[in-house]
Amino acid sequence: MARKLPAKDVVIIGLGWTGSILGYELAKAGLDVVAIERGPWRDTATDFPPAYAQDELRYAVRLDLFLRPDQETLTFRNNAGQTALPIRSFASFLPGNGVGGAGVHWNGQTWRFLPTDFRVRSHLEERYGKDALPADMTIQDWPVSYDEIEPYYDRFEKLCGTSGKAGNLRGAKQDGGNPFEGWRSSEYPTPPLKQGLGATLFAEAARNTGHNPFPQPASNLSEAYVNPLGMKLGQCTYCGFCERFGCGNYSKASPQTCVLPALLRFPNFTAQTESEVTRINLDSTGKRATGITYVDTSGEEWEQPADIVLVCAFALFNVRLMLLSGIGKPYDAQTGQGVVGRNYAYQTTSSVNLILKDKNLNPFIATGAHGMIIDDYNGDNFDHTGLGFFGGGYMGFGQTNARPIQTRPVPAGTPKWGAQWKKATAETYQRACSLATHGSSYSYKDCCLDLDPTYKDRLGRPLMRMTFDFHDNELKMSAFLTERLADIAKAMDPAELTPAPRKGPYNMSIYQTTHNTGGTVMGADPATSVLNRYCQSWDVHNVFVPGGASVFPQNHGYNPTDTVGALAYWTADAIRDRYLRNPGPLV
Amino acid sequence: MRSSLAAAILLVAWSGAVAAQDTQNFDRIEQGRYLAVLSDCAACHTKPGGPPFAGGLALQTPFGMLVAPNITPDRETGIGNLTNAEFLAALHDGRGHHGRRLYPAMPYPAYTKMSDDDVLAIRAYLATVAPVSNSVISNQLPFPFNIRLSMAFWNALNFTAGRYQPNPQKSAEWNRGAYIVEGAAHCGTCHTPKTFLGGDKNDAALAGATLQGWYAPDITNDPRKGIGRWSRDDLVQYLKTGANSWTLASGPMADAVTHSTSAMTDEDIFAIATYLMDSGALASPSRAVPVAANDDAMRAGAAIYKDSCAACHRDTGKGEAHLFPRLADSALVQSDDPTTLVRVVLQGTRAVSTASMPTAPAMPAFDWRLGDAQAAAVLTYIRNSWGNAAAPVSPGNVASQRTSLAKAP
Amino acid sequence: MTRLTRRSLLVSTAALLVAGTTAGRARTLSGGMPWEPGTATPPALVRPGPWMFFTSDEASLIEAAVDRLIPPDDRGPGGKDAGCAVFMDRQLAGPYGRAAGLYMKPPFMPGAATQGYQMPDAPAARYRTGLKATADYVKATFSGKSFAALAPADQDKVLGGLETGSIALKDVNAEEFFELLLANTQEGFFADPIYGGNRDMAGWKLVGFPGARYDYRDWVERHNEVYPLPPVSIMGRSDWTLRE
Repeated sequence: MARKLPAKDVVIIGLGWTGSILGYELAKAGLDVVAIERGPWRDTATDFPPAYAQDELRYAVRLDLFLRPDQETLTFRNNAGQTALPIRSFASFLPGNGVGGAGVHWNGQTWRFLPTDFRVRSHLEERYGKDALPADMTIQDWPVSYDEIEPYYDRFEKLCGTSGKAGNLRGAKQDGGNPFEGWRSSEYPTPPLKQGLGATLFAEAARNTGHNPFPQPASNLSEAYVNPLGMKLGQCTYCGFCERFGCGNYSKASPQTCVLPALLRFPNFTAQTESEVTRINLDSTGKRATGITYVDTSGEEWEQPADIVLVCAFALFNVRLMLLSGIGKPYDAQTGQGVVGRNYAYQTTSSVNLILKDKNLNPFIATGAHGMIIDDYNGDNFDHTGLGFFGGGYMGFGQTNARPIQTRPVPAGTPKWGAQWKKATAETYQRACSLATHGSSYSYKDCCLDLDPTYKDRLGRPLMRMTFDFHDNELKMSAFLTERLADIAKAMDPAELTPAPRKGPYNMSIYQTTHNTGGTVMGADPATSVLNRYCQSWDVHNVFVPGGASVFPQNHGYNPTDTVGALAYWTADAIRDRYLRNPGPLV
Repeated sequence: MRSSLAAAILLVAWSGAVAAQDTQNFDRIEQGRYLAVLSDCAACHTKPGGPPFAGGLALQTPFGMLVAPNITPDRETGIGNLTNAEFLAALHDGRGHHGRRLYPAMPYPAYTKMSDDDVLAIRAYLATVAPVSNSVISNQLPFPFNIRLSMAFWNALNFTAGRYQPNPQKSAEWNRGAYIVEGAAHCGTCHTPKTFLGGDKNDAALAGATLQGWYAPDITNDPRKGIGRWSRDDLVQYLKTGANSWTLASGPMADAVTHSTSAMTDEDIFAIATYLMDSGALASPSRAVPVAANDDAMRAGAAIYKDSCAACHRDTGKGEAHLFPRLADSALVQSDDPTTLVRVVLQGTRAVSTASMPTAPAMPAFDWRLGDAQAAAVLTYIRNSWGNAAAPVSPGNVASQRTSLAKAP
Repeated sequence: MTRLTRRSLLVSTAALLVAGTTAGRARTLSGGMPWEPGTATPPALVRPGPWMFFTSDEASLIEAAVDRLIPPDDRGPGGKDAGCAVFMDRQLAGPYGRAAGLYMKPPFMPGAATQGYQMPDAPAARYRTGLKATADYVKATFSGKSFAALAPADQDKVLGGLETGSIALKDVNAEEFFELLLANTQEGFFADPIYGGNRDMAGWKLVGFPGARYDYRDWVERHNEVYPLPPVSIMGRSDWTLRE
């Protein structure tokens, strides 16, 4: 029997990026806020100091900071014809855990979506015809426009201190930036990072082949910075231990470095760690949440009543909580009816691997988000007529590390072990680099999330089941992007060039990205979305999913975090300025 | 001279406001609340997480344990029954209930300088806090230290009661600063070196002292060992926000910033700055000779520094303002007593968080990574690089501090 | 004689409320950032000593195998002298060997290649069965010899056969076992020496990886220059040691 705690104004499920932002904004507005996080407290000096943070085995290979599958995992199948089996060990995507969530160990790649991305279906149909899109492609327009979200992108980037060079300042093109980006209201908070030899060579080749390279926007800061909350961040030291690792010297934007110390100063904010929310509780009408139930490490159940419930866990787990709590109609891929679990999408990445001649690249000198990138083949920035696919992605040199357990390239055909392997490894390490494409992943009728009929978690609740495979559209897109990248790479005069376009079927056991999107889509129409344009549940008006990637109707050719952060601020404003004045459906 | 004397008298008179006897006056109570902040009563008399001023916080002294008493207005277990004269005697003369002598863990040797009016204002404020029934047995010292009468001997040697006397040759602001530093804020209680009996060495006021594993640094205006290189703005920022371009407050000073200095008025902070920046360094000793760079400890220390420290404190030792303390040219790093340096390297520390500087960055612990000789080497290196010069740190020093930290972190 | 002190240093700020134990379980945090001095969580240093997981027969097979997977040559030591077997021994004796943290609930059933490893045997169990099956195969094929007693060329033949699956092991998928063996060997060669392998940073020196360094600001734009500093481990390097 759950013991009931004193009521709060707001309960936040999960204390990662969105939980921290919402916690701060609502505590500042004077509300009584509690955040419930199922993982441990994490802090720079005790958990990832620059004395043992730089441990590839522990963090990159054994995944010490990540969610343990025995705490939560999913089952997976490529299509409905297979039996879904548990993801016993995460590989393709690596969900975070603990205070700060994946914000602790992300790469810091900070990208806005394009203005056309926000109205992708309308735009593509306008340009290519009403029948251009495949019938089973379920992409839809966002219920917000780029122009509406632009101030919130700006706000999140200022929170992070993102380093970059604007390409479009209020409509005026800027040299050195991304000429394709949506307009910005201000320059980046800090200038671009310095670039190593590999990125410089790529940029030269890209320019010489008629493309428009620019520095990747990075929340690994090029210089010390103070954000609007008064938080001080340091200068990135190019250590090459970024993704999968916490930052030891306060130079990567994270909830720890950008928000939490300021948030914890509010006497009306409390964080409760190692406590797992098991469900959102509804009243007898099913239209109002009364709070949440969580379980502590002893297995004791606690009920936390609250007036507002914010679902701020990682994207996949937001969807599962909504399904387990019975909020919104679950999606059925057979009938196409229902909404929760619908429009699951991912990211379509590929690489071009190079071995250069006579170069000393020092590839271990890197940050999570440095590099030189081109956006010429993203979104609808290029004419898709006759290509047989839609969508696109950015591409370029963004190699984040050369940690030798996982990164020691050898020429094609080299044996995997033995004397030749050793020789080739020694001779190639300094000369090899990897270029990448980072492409969109549109939504499809059959790619979805629902509850598994067989497998359960340690608390006896059904795991969520993921049904996903790459469609022809994405594979053709990947092939195209990879060829374009390979063409540019040839201009770098490599000794060896190996394109590696994404091939189907989607293999869950090979790392790609942790950009899982969709499932609690935000939209204009309750028949095809779980949330309205303010990330408020259509069904239960005091439940919000403030901006986690589960709200994306599809995934575009960029990393999700900037959009997640922007939508978190967008939702915070809607709650503070609209909902609190008049609690009820905002649309 | 006469006019500045007059100004000084006026200043003291002002600080003892006219409406002295009406304890229900809002302004009086607010005056008392602020003086309690200046005096940082809560630091000892409020147990963390406990009701304000209800006592119960144990103070570990080398002689044994003392527990700070309950100073809420509760009549049985607090100070509700004390007369005004008795309250004055507590702060001015070191006399508690029934005239019992207090131990100077209660800093009456400093509070004795406060005016009657200020002390009674504190009383007026304390009379308004919630009375809490909490019976505290303060004296938990072992025999023979628990004999309070022995304090008569100690007081005779080390204590002179008496109110602050303004210096007519100094400005009103200077005198206000002196009044606060020497009186209410009792900075010397930590920062003034002590005689072997624990009394202040008055001829070395504020020249630094060690207490329980922390070195409270020299805060005279000595340019090499004290804060003589700090600008006025550096000092003001430090007191207000806990950080300046040189360093960040941590350890016991973090508490003092949080509860006391960050809550002071700007005028009072400027006054403290005026006084401290004028505060008599000892006759300047000869400049220390730096340890040679090719000394083996320096060589090893340089390697350790490059691999372990430079990613935050930088190869140049300049650190990052408000994030990683500056080591180059730092008086703290060159302190005669390296106790704080050794402690911070072994155990790490967290900087204070204030409203304007919330970051509270933390130095991680290195006790698991560096042996005694290695920690000593890297400290010797930072104390003697970039123009710094100070005595090397010995492995034995590190070893003994490691042991004492293990016993009482 | 020491001095009289004024305050306890057992607690930090008075405003801070941290309930719960210092071990960091289910804490309620409010009022400020918590701080406990001296709470680092570095990895445990692997010390030389008796095998903790491998039997002596298994150990001699492993030591011979890692020396073929990464042979010694004029560039530097092979897997054996680099400590790969010690690394693997300690890893298998610990949480990695037990598949700690993985989802190990039934039902177990083979799946598609895209669905990842679905068998219930943790790495420790896989080594027991894999090493036994390999030893049995070698014994049966090479007139009763152990793997360590074979000539290097024959050892390579065996390893190559496992790699391609041309050798069938009893009740063990040879290709999967080989893949695991190779991966762990290479982990041991390139992981931080604190874990028992990569002795003297041999793996890092082979490729020119500077190890656990954290500051390359001055080197980002020094294109095409060799980085001059030697590698350093979490536990330091020889230059940290005082000579006298």
